[in-house]
Amino acid sequence: MTIFDFYIFDRNGTCLCYAEWNRKKQSGISKDEEYKLMYGMLFSIKSFVNRISPTDIKDGFLNFKTSKYMLHFYETPSGLKLIMNTDLGAGSMRDVLHQIYSTIYVEYVVKNPLCELDKPILSELFKSKLDEFIRSLPVFASKVS
Amino acid sequence: MSRQTARAGDPRKVNGELFTLTYGALVAQLLRDYEDDEEVNKQLEKMGYNIGVRLIEDFLARSNTSRCNDFRETSDIISRLGFKMYLGITPVISNWSPAGDEFSLLIENNPLSDFVELPEGHTALNYSNILCGVLKGALEMVQMDVDVWFVQDQLKGDNITEIRLKFIKRLDDAVPAGED
Repeated sequence: MTIFDFYIFDRNGTCLCYAEWNRKKQSGISKDEEYKLMYGMLFSIKSFVNRISPTDIKDGFLNFKTSKYMLHFYETPSGLKLIMNTDLGAGSMRDVLHQIYSTIYVEYVVKNPLCELDKPILSELFKSKLDEFIRSLPVFASKVS
Repeated sequence: MSRQTARAGDPRKVNGELFTLTYGALVAQLLRDYEDDEEVNKQLEKMGYNIGVRLIEDFLARSNTSRCNDFRETSDIISRLGFKMYLGITPVISNWSPAGDEFSLLIENNPLSDFVELPEGHTALNYSNILCGVLKGALEMVQMDVDVWFVQDQLKGDNITEIRLKFIKRLDDAVPAGED
């Protein structure tokens, strides 16, 4: 099991944070293009999922899976979007994403008056806490072979 | 006993009187700086707004609530969870408008205005106007545009402190470039 990469988008679609760990292959486009593509895809998939749903949905879009990886999506009521790509063995990362939000983003970004909330996060403290947290997760443990 | 230690160990908690007095000092300083009640109201609201947009994230992280289905649920969460969590009070919700888009929060003992007596000549000052800003800022972050204002204030001799909220519209998510 492993974690490949992680994104945070604000409600306006700005990518606030990107980090990667065991990502072996890049998308071949610039990071900015990739962020835009990612946000656009999430936006579309979210509205598609809501529209097509046969009943009223509670949580909406949570994740998708390919034969190689899984994308986990968590959105707070304030419109902050946290995205994590893992391999297939990871299971639900919803709690982990919520934990990142409540114990790292809120603590080290929201409560830091020098961090602007609609700009990419520059805080080194935040980045190191995030890295530390991800590396300490049990799902991070084994490297991809 | 466990409660005592929990309180001492929680860095988020400060002495209530210290908080009240700090707020009082802030308002007094604003009055000295701006010398105009209306202007002070505006500044307090602005400060509150800036607090609100960040406070909501803390609130969501701690309460783990999901999105409200209607404005009534919102009013309930504001009073039962929001005010309780940050000010330790639970305002009474009343005076719903027939359309269900306006309500009042009735506050019996506002912790911000403990020890406070308004001096003569400040009839326009809304001493606790920061609360309006906080509510507006916080609700805006969860896609609700609201108007918030003071109707009555115990500091002005009214029986109760009343804050009124009016729902204006839902704000939508930003659409990424090239989509509709």
